[in-house]
Amino acid sequence: MKPFLTLAVSAVALALGAGAAYAECGIEAGSVRILSNDFEALRLVNTTAAECAADGVTVTANATAEHKNLQVPALSINPAEYTVAVVANNSIVPLLNADLIRPLDDLVAEYGASLQPNQLIKIDGKTVAVAFMGNAQHLFYRKDILDQAGIAEPKSYEDILAAAKAIKDAGLMEYPLAASDKPGWDLAAEFVNAYLGTGGEFFAPGSAELAIDNENGQKVLETMKALTAYMDPDYLTFDANGIQAEYKAGKVAMMVQWGSLAGDMLKGEGAAEGVVANTVMAGAPTIGGGSIPAVALWWDGFTIAKNISDEDAAASFQAMVHGISPEMVAANPTVATWLVSGYEPGPNAVGVIATANAGARAYPMQPYMGLLHTALSSELAEFMAGSEDATQALSDVKAAYDTAAKEGGYL
Amino acid sequence: MPHKTFFAFILPSLIAMVLFIALPIVSVVVQSFHVEHGRILVEVESCQPFGGCTKETRVDTAAMAALKAEQPMGQFNGFGTYLNRGHLAVNEIGAILANNNGFGDVVTRIYNLPFYKALSFTLVFCFVVTPLAMALGFAIALAVNTLPKVTKGPVIFFSLLPMIITPLIGSLILYWMIQPNGIIGASLRHIFSDPTLSLRQSPQLTWFSLLFYGVWTNAPFSFVVFYAGLQTVPADTLESAMIDGASRWERIRYIVIPHLAPLATFVALVQLMDNFRVFEPIVGFSAEANATSLSWMIFNDLAGDAQLFGSAGATSVLTIIGVVILLMPVLVRTWREFNHKVV
Repeated sequence: MKPFLTLAVSAVALALGAGAAYAECGIEAGSVRILSNDFEALRLVNTTAAECAADGVTVTANATAEHKNLQVPALSINPAEYTVAVVANNSIVPLLNADLIRPLDDLVAEYGASLQPNQLIKIDGKTVAVAFMGNAQHLFYRKDILDQAGIAEPKSYEDILAAAKAIKDAGLMEYPLAASDKPGWDLAAEFVNAYLGTGGEFFAPGSAELAIDNENGQKVLETMKALTAYMDPDYLTFDANGIQAEYKAGKVAMMVQWGSLAGDMLKGEGAAEGVVANTVMAGAPTIGGGSIPAVALWWDGFTIAKNISDEDAAASFQAMVHGISPEMVAANPTVATWLVSGYEPGPNAVGVIATANAGARAYPMQPYMGLLHTALSSELAEFMAGSEDATQALSDVKAAYDTAAKEGGYL
Repeated sequence: MPHKTFFAFILPSLIAMVLFIALPIVSVVVQSFHVEHGRILVEVESCQPFGGCTKETRVDTAAMAALKAEQPMGQFNGFGTYLNRGHLAVNEIGAILANNNGFGDVVTRIYNLPFYKALSFTLVFCFVVTPLAMALGFAIALAVNTLPKVTKGPVIFFSLLPMIITPLIGSLILYWMIQPNGIIGASLRHIFSDPTLSLRQSPQLTWFSLLFYGVWTNAPFSFVVFYAGLQTVPADTLESAMIDGASRWERIRYIVIPHLAPLATFVALVQLMDNFRVFEPIVGFSAEANATSLSWMIFNDLAGDAQLFGSAGATSVLTIIGVVILLMPVLVRTWREFNHKVV
């Protein structure tokens, strides 16, 4: 994890940054067409890459929350609709499964001097993506409330439960906890997070056989359910944005929330008085006496389409390298937790970095992980609502996953 | 009209119907009979920014491309997808019926299967919302019909609002209103003096909110059609009924309702079809935990990280079959009336 934290703000970066009014991307000709998710950091990368536009070089970007639905069809045609697909751990999988992105080793050797080795996502020895930012859920808590209840910073879910009980008993808050337990992607992510913290594997080694129906799975569900006792009774309708709003309103003392929303929290738009000033960002909690933070680590990176000309591929790679250049990062340190050299973590990145340093595991990239995520997203709802026990929930998940995996050709 | 002229007239819409209705349905049916090829998995080393390098399973894309070139649709699976746990769950139901602890247990365990869970809400929504919305629409139409001319325009406009608003937005508006700090949610807490009352936490209350939304959003359609129908009620019949001493209710019961009955069939037909495809309120109300519908299942199959086209296709075909079964009585009745008139 060392390079992740290198504080080498290079003199080179500063020197280059000073004269960066006109981008010199070194592209002679080509068309760059970027498809990405839609949030601030990615929009920033896109606009920085667009600086490379010049005579004979066009740069267009489509930042949309629907990128996951667009990417496979758009990259399947020849020539591909987009030359660059900005992806994360999970969204790269469909592109890999359908073989739609090209190995980047030649391009990295030729144009990737500013990249660090840990930015290169390698599969079977070939670089398939270049990561530029990291993300993870981690603990946000209200120091003032915890101090009043006489509790130190919680390090584990067991600590959080004890703290929640103390806060509630002291009458400081009625519902001190919040989590993004909305059935769908969010709820499944909560399970994946906690399960990663147990150190268990989701699948039997080397196969798509599901392996979560064990005491780890039971422990995770037990903990998830125990936490809901201290949450607003509507917990099943809150997603990440929902709990962010509840926390800002001063109704929540502790939550495990996305690092990418830490910047928004620190800005404090719409927050009640005293909430932001007393908020501390800390590493993610562990679970069941383990030492691994119970959250998944995520990276965002770019890939280059296979079905495009080599000229466009080179132009796209250069433009994206410019888009994630150390100068851009030096100018915008608070927008994201950058993985780029010369990045100095700001207050918004503390939690993500603490989580990564504590040895959190990455969100799994197995080709069938998406099927499990979907199965979890619909089958855990009844358990969380209290109308089903953990054993039944786990066997439902397994049944739903097996059905989907058979249809997907994995079992 | 000569056959040729008739054909020339109808040709453009016929082409459009084949292209945009028939072909997509055929493609969905074909899709539903296929599943993906068996994936050829290989173990490779994968390196990420976090956690270094690990051995991971990957799909062997070169081998898969060869398979795909041979059979682009994937493997033929026949009715396999229709019968699996995600749909009709034949084996699971067989197991439940063979080994259970009484009727209640059978119902609970069948309700635990995703298709039947979705089907129950879909049917309840259909059969509760359709008649209630029609009754409400009819009541509004009668009321508006008695208003003086000046106020009719604005009242009609306001009554139509729920239909004009996009369903997703409409459901979000209502959803926010029933939140504990929304106007309806807060009022309910006050009325029932229960500070923990929340319309979103229990399945029953969630269903109630969704049904309420359904009636609210569907009533205007019935209203418009019935209001138009009311303008055609023969005035002399009404007048003679009044001379005979019929009360307002008797006039409605014996003149207006029989007059509007064919219209009601039409409205019921359209509403049943619409309500069977209920989708937006479930998303808008974040009600996935307590209520799902067939359309939501299709959405769920296609929206995840891994898209299941075969499964979505099978649910779509089952939805079409469901619509046909629902409409059967109404269609049969229309057909009989048609024949009756011809004779």
